[in-house]
Amino acid sequence: MKALDAISRGLAFVGALVLAALSETGAVANFFARTLVASLSPPYRLNLFFQQAEFVGFGSLFIVLLTGTFTGAVFTLESVQALQRVGMESMVGSTVILAVARELGPVLTALMVTGRVGSSMATELGTMRVSEQIDAMEVMAVDPVKYLVVPRLFAGAIMVPCLTMLFDLVACVGSYGVGVGILDIDEGAFVERIRWYLDPYDFTHGLWKSIVFGIVITLIGCYKGFHAEGGARGVGMATTQAVVIGSIAIFVLDYVMTSVLIQFMPV
Amino acid sequence: MRRSFDGRPKSRYSCVVIHIEGVYKSFGEHAVLKGINLDVKAGTTRVILGVSGSGKTVLMKNIIGLMRPDRGQVVIDGEDITKLDNAGLLKVRSKFGMVFQQSALFDSMTVFDNVAFPMREHTTKSEDEIEARVHECLAVVDLHNIDTKFPSELSGGMRKRVGLARAIVLQPKCVLYDEPTTGLDPLTTESVDQMIIGTNRRLKVTSVVISHDIGSALAVADRIAVINKGEIVEDATPEELRQSQHPFVQEFLHCWFKKQ
Repeated sequence: MKALDAISRGLAFVGALVLAALSETGAVANFFARTLVASLSPPYRLNLFFQQAEFVGFGSLFIVLLTGTFTGAVFTLESVQALQRVGMESMVGSTVILAVARELGPVLTALMVTGRVGSSMATELGTMRVSEQIDAMEVMAVDPVKYLVVPRLFAGAIMVPCLTMLFDLVACVGSYGVGVGILDIDEGAFVERIRWYLDPYDFTHGLWKSIVFGIVITLIGCYKGFHAEGGARGVGMATTQAVVIGSIAIFVLDYVMTSVLIQFMPV
Repeated sequence: MRRSFDGRPKSRYSCVVIHIEGVYKSFGEHAVLKGINLDVKAGTTRVILGVSGSGKTVLMKNIIGLMRPDRGQVVIDGEDITKLDNAGLLKVRSKFGMVFQQSALFDSMTVFDNVAFPMREHTTKSEDEIEARVHECLAVVDLHNIDTKFPSELSGGMRKRVGLARAIVLQPKCVLYDEPTTGLDPLTTESVDQMIIGTNRRLKVTSVVISHDIGSALAVADRIAVINKGEIVEDATPEELRQSQHPFVQEFLHCWFKKQ
């Protein structure tokens, strides 16, 4: 009987977790729909969009360029070790850049942006929520979703793909620098293999993912901040959850989108 | 049906800006409002007085539409706002200004931008006109030369005044005050009381004040509704309230008189 009770309680706990996750996902989807509807009607507040685009894009530039350069460099170092075993070290450029363009570029860019932008948005909106600034906006007949969330969402959707392109570029530079400059791989073979094996679609494959990641990062950050409660502790929890859930969402969506893109848009 | 002098039907609420009837509100098992009935007449200062946790702020949020009651009506200017969608509520809220307990100033904006915010969002006035109106409202609350300061650089009393300047910038019909004197020293409390009285008289607005400060309530109110555990237990003028025989009101007054 005790064993049955324990199993029953365990199942109930798992069930409660699943229900909570589904409920939260539904609430986020509802919030996304509300944001999209709010974005369709004027005023469009382009000045707020440009402010957020500067924060998301220009503000994340350094960390993305740094991460991209070292990702390209380190991945080249590791890949050469493996490819030398089969005498294919000249393939290192195309191997690294293919992986960066399709996978590492969008995912690592999104993870860097989640840590910086997602947490910042959750903190800012959470602080506004607990100090009643969002209530004040509603009382002044200004839709807070339209004013606060719409510019952030569009900034994420546009700037994260831009950052991903820059990531891909500096990763290529990092890979070239290590492969040709340090490891003495033939420059002609390095470049020729890239031209031979890579397709423009490999880059657009990554960019489609980065658009979705940009939307998800800003959406989750804004959602968590918008619904923060319980003072400073609540804002802290919202910030942590925005980063954790945003990161998990990136990995899950990466798998889903890769499956869909391979299925419907194969190379 | 009452009729005006030209024969058109006259709303039963024509002198009443806010009419609350049979409002109930619960959060889970916890009932916060239990059948509130309240009228606020145009041009008057109405105080809703009660201890912490009595339901004052929840009632305020139901009046302004930030919450919807589980049951009952909240009629603003003849329109039941409990039946409105978000777009309809936004229109009704343009008739209100509200001063929040912590002022709720936007901390990323200067004092000038905070007070100008409603005008920039809802009017097509030029920046010169906006500047003139902002300075006019800041002068009403006796603040000068603080345009470029941020809320974090202001004292509590100054933040309340800026909050009021922002609340009146669009000339609302009704100004709501959520615990305006909480956390303020006696001198600043007195100046906030005078600010509420002055605003009501000069601008001829209707004022609704949520408070637990009985001294301020007696000073500013035309009528006081005492709320206890989600119910209105007394609704009277300040003079009538001092003579009230209700046990809770007597205890409330007794505690205050003891402190005096």
